[in-house]
Amino acid sequence: MSLLRVENVTKAFGSLVAVDNVSMTVEAGELRAVIGPNGAGKTTFFNTISGFLTQTSGKILFDGEDISGLLPARRVWRGIARTFQITEVFPELTVRENLRIAVEVASGYRMRVWQPADAEEEVKARVVELLEMGGLTEKADRLVGEMSHGDQRANEIMMALALKPRLLLLDEPTAGMGDQETYDITQLIRKLHRDQKLTIVLIEHDMRVVFHLADRIMVLAEGKMLAEGTPKEIASNEAVQAAYLGKAAA
Amino acid sequence: MDRVQVRTGDVAVWLLLLTAPYWLPLTGGYVELGSRILILGLASMALNFLLGYTGVLSFGHAAYFGLGAYGTAVMMKYFYESTPLAVLFGVLVGTVAAAIIGPLIARLRGVYFAMCTIAFGQVFYFIAFQWRDFTGGDDGLSAWHREPLHFGFATLDILNNNKAFYFFVLAVFALAVGVMAFLLRSPFGRTLLAIRENERRARFLGIPVDRHIWLSWVISCCFVSLAGALYALLNDFVDPRALRWDQSGNFVIMAVLGGMRSFWGPLLGAAIFIVLQDYISSHTENWMSFVGLIFVLVVLYFPRGILGIVRRKLTS
Repeated sequence: MSLLRVENVTKAFGSLVAVDNVSMTVEAGELRAVIGPNGAGKTTFFNTISGFLTQTSGKILFDGEDISGLLPARRVWRGIARTFQITEVFPELTVRENLRIAVEVASGYRMRVWQPADAEEEVKARVVELLEMGGLTEKADRLVGEMSHGDQRANEIMMALALKPRLLLLDEPTAGMGDQETYDITQLIRKLHRDQKLTIVLIEHDMRVVFHLADRIMVLAEGKMLAEGTPKEIASNEAVQAAYLGKAAA
Repeated sequence: MDRVQVRTGDVAVWLLLLTAPYWLPLTGGYVELGSRILILGLASMALNFLLGYTGVLSFGHAAYFGLGAYGTAVMMKYFYESTPLAVLFGVLVGTVAAAIIGPLIARLRGVYFAMCTIAFGQVFYFIAFQWRDFTGGDDGLSAWHREPLHFGFATLDILNNNKAFYFFVLAVFALAVGVMAFLLRSPFGRTLLAIRENERRARFLGIPVDRHIWLSWVISCCFVSLAGALYALLNDFVDPRALRWDQSGNFVIMAVLGGMRSFWGPLLGAAIFIVLQDYISSHTENWMSFVGLIFVLVVLYFPRGILGIVRRKLTS
């Protein structure tokens, strides 16, 4: 069974149809990229999957179950975690505190007013693990708001991972980053995909990143699905080249 | 700021509070002034649980402060003359009202939340004002007084002994403040910080944000009604001004003045506010303009409040 099935989703804001009858099926363990020119509806499409927006029509099935009407928090509980185009973190807390909160919530401790010592140790160990995975160990006690954009993004991805998601949605993970930062984040995503077999759907502008990472690519243009296939198929697709890729793929 | 510094700060605060009845008179103050600071400081710290640690601004906390006060006075005057029972009843009335109103406003944010808290607050104000037979209307509820505390083996005469009353208030204050600090250091407390820091991220970590705001609101209102109960005992009197929106504003001023990102900030704010009120109001009726001026200066130049400046000096 596919992990995620989006069936004929449409999202309209008044008369503006941002996403027009788009379907997508993502298998477990797959890394899917969603690309398209600005205003193609990528982020809106993403938002309907994570529950940030409710679709006008269509259905979203996660692990075979209809989640179309669920609130964001409930989708998180089922295993969907996401990051945002503009990094959403806790700026006035340290990296360690950011991750600690994520780990505690993920462990089901959010209503606890008292933490037993063994749970405390377990949380701390998990935070250390996440810090290492995200390459943030040395920056653990810095305030997130004072870190570089790339580190903030790494912190956000690690917070999403703390939730032990079955599906990770990344909205332009390398947006606004320098070459080195882009490379680091790309390596991180590749590691998560290859080593942990995590299912990932990502929106991305940077074509190097997309063709480097993705198993399959879906192209959106003006709210509609233009094409879908392996990176090779997409690169040679004439409609895609005409609409969008032309210069970038050359 | 590291742990040791925080601990030293805590110890200093408790030492000052424990010895206040002995040094206050030397500085031209009096013991009741100390009780007043503790009580309004507790109210402001309770407000700050919501404002500073959950990031939600209430402009209607006087409603629950006043309900706590009226609950206490009503129990004393009409039903049973027992200080602990009256305080418990006051807290119960305030907390239950907050718990019922909470779901109606927990979905609102920012100025809409603040406006609705004012509106609900004014409802209680007008009830207290209009229901003369029961609440005494504008004249308030008088002709009752706090009762000495009986422990079986001993009696603490909080009625006639000002120092005894101060220490009674301090004990209740310590308990309340201790519980709040304990909650803030727990996983639950950290979900509140998460909501303050970034509601969107909190939501997408799977925190049911509205429910946690509701809980924070109820906890905050519970302690503010406890402060209200003590306030009624302090004055042996309660009138509708305890419920009015300007009283809510005073709590916010105290919190911001002292520093709403620091745990003790609102207590310091309350101390400054009350000492100014006490000192300036003996010279001019317009004491509030002076408090207002200081408030504006603090907001403009020290947005982290007075304790915020002290902290920065310590860390740099």
